[in-house]
Amino acid sequence: MKRIVIFALILMMLVGLAAPAFAATPLDTSNMDTAYYSRFKDAGITINVFNWGEYISDGRDGSVDINAEFEALTGIKVNYNMFESNEAMYAKLKGGSVSYDVVIPSDYMISQMIAEDMLLPLDFSNIPNADNVDPKFLNMTYDPENLYTLPYTWGTVVIIYNTTMVDPDEDVETWDILWNEKYAGQILMFDNPRDAYGIALKKAGHSLNPASVSEVEEATELLKAQNKLVQTYVMDQIFDKMAAGEAAVGPYYAGDFITMQNDNPDLAAAYPREGTNIFVDCMVIPTSAKQKEAAEMYINFMLEPEVGLANTEYIGYSTPNLATLALLDEETTGNPITYPPSETMEKAEFFLDLPQEVKLAMDNGWSTFRNDDEAFNFWLMPVLVVVALAAVAMMGIGRSRKKKVEY
Amino acid sequence: MRNKVLSAPYLFWMVLFTVVPLILVAYYALTGADGGFTLKNVSDVRQFSGVIFRSVWLAVIATLICLVMAYPLAYSMSRLRPQMQRVALLMVMLPMWINFLLRTYAWMTLLENTGLINQLLGLLGIGPLQLINTQGAVVLGMVYNYVPFMILPLYSVMTKIDQGLIHAAQDLGSNTLGVFVNVVLPLSMPGITTGITMVFVPAVSTFAISRMLGGGQNLMIGDLIELQFLGTSYNPNLGSAISMVLMVLVLLLMSAMNQYADEEKEGMII
Repeated sequence: MKRIVIFALILMMLVGLAAPAFAATPLDTSNMDTAYYSRFKDAGITINVFNWGEYISDGRDGSVDINAEFEALTGIKVNYNMFESNEAMYAKLKGGSVSYDVVIPSDYMISQMIAEDMLLPLDFSNIPNADNVDPKFLNMTYDPENLYTLPYTWGTVVIIYNTTMVDPDEDVETWDILWNEKYAGQILMFDNPRDAYGIALKKAGHSLNPASVSEVEEATELLKAQNKLVQTYVMDQIFDKMAAGEAAVGPYYAGDFITMQNDNPDLAAAYPREGTNIFVDCMVIPTSAKQKEAAEMYINFMLEPEVGLANTEYIGYSTPNLATLALLDEETTGNPITYPPSETMEKAEFFLDLPQEVKLAMDNGWSTFRNDDEAFNFWLMPVLVVVALAAVAMMGIGRSRKKKVEY
Repeated sequence: MRNKVLSAPYLFWMVLFTVVPLILVAYYALTGADGGFTLKNVSDVRQFSGVIFRSVWLAVIATLICLVMAYPLAYSMSRLRPQMQRVALLMVMLPMWINFLLRTYAWMTLLENTGLINQLLGLLGIGPLQLINTQGAVVLGMVYNYVPFMILPLYSVMTKIDQGLIHAAQDLGSNTLGVFVNVVLPLSMPGITTGITMVFVPAVSTFAISRMLGGGQNLMIGDLIELQFLGTSYNPNLGSAISMVLMVLVLLLMSAMNQYADEEKEGMII
């Protein structure tokens, strides 16, 4: 009987969780080329898509469920997977045992993947909507002849701060605020080496892409000095921390700032004068792809104006699609954080793939600078030894007593 | 012969998912990026000895706290009526039904400076305390997540301790301390060693807990290994070498400990 009650309780909990708050909005596909999209209608094809987490309109909160719409339109099944960093994606692909048809990594990772022959050239005759892409985002440094990539979204890194916690007279338009002792314990910082080093390098007046190991070492010193002031190193936990007023200031992606601001209107963002990081996430087809044409159809679908609109409205990142941009309202396109003015854009820099010794220096610095609390290590060893000895002695006594009893 | 056939599915599983990966770890640890044999990776691990000691230290503290907390609980649980024992066991297992990451995430919202605990303290007029992003928070997370793995083996050996033995010791004039040291403790030793193994090993290699509750300030060996695979430079060789050093370290500690529990092998499995 008790088991049945427990089971019923669990069932109720699950049902409560599963009930959707809002139904997904249907997508208007009337303007799309149905002859093109129905080519694989009954072929029973499945494509594997690998994208960032929280990076597509998926039908939640009344948005458009893009993958479901694609499946309904084309009859191609989408097996959608997510990664949380470029490096995690790379490690998985490099491992070799997986096959993805469409992957959406960022610029510097793309240049690395092109250099390592991990990508297939796209067949642009199969992707008519490539014409929608803003030429500003084509032939970029990571893909100079634009053979392999089509952009999905782009964005920048901004300084996000809580207006109730940061002094109104404070100069927020500089990375120096992340080193300001006034906000000790209230500063958040990126929990990935590339972004964190980018900021430190900019503060030191260098490029985001360090030219030498000594520049990396200089940045390591800055990060080490900052370590005492940092509350936490975060990635997506920053959403909760900034919304709850747990921290005063932290750097993050502009698109995510829009989401955070919706939760907490006290938040504001600023562009540092030193220049910031601009990134483009692109759709590519890795060499392990099994359904190249279907993958190109998926890419084409993502570049449909209405699909791009649903995506950019849901995830908040900026769109490189001119046809989508035309559909957006003035308020969105006029927002200086998501669509920054040209002087900000000119100072923004892309991440590039780095020489191996520079990358190693970066990882090495990243794992050591948070790690030199000598006072801790000083008394650690003796105490450990004493504890171990005590445990051994205790067990030894227990054993000899037992032996005595036995004899 | 029959036994072999019956164990075949697990043997197959183990070879495929334990032995082969271990060989791969050893292979990567002992080769360079070019594929040639080298000991450089293993000797490079030395520079991280601070992190390794910190991990071992925090895991030792967490294991000791688990032991001190779980031992009396397991004993009193084993002395309850059978129905009550089942309820008590359920209470121990209940948190494990919820995903480990979710539970740790919940601790984050509890411990934050604007979190529930500090809000409550604020009502009582006690200023916000720094709870999260400390080593104490990491230890708390470990204890919270792994204490069932200490309770369960202790409980299972203690249910096997015959109440008659305790009565006999008391009848023969032993006091409470004497009963504990001479009867209960030796008989529960296999549970203690199993419990220590099952708490210490996952605690020493955790990275999610230190990431979420330690604020990334308290780098642990698990974080370090993760960084080698998911950091800017993809370096599976060094990552494997750190894993291998960790495994050898744990193996040494465990074998040293098991020496003291050789005689009571029968209770090693829960």
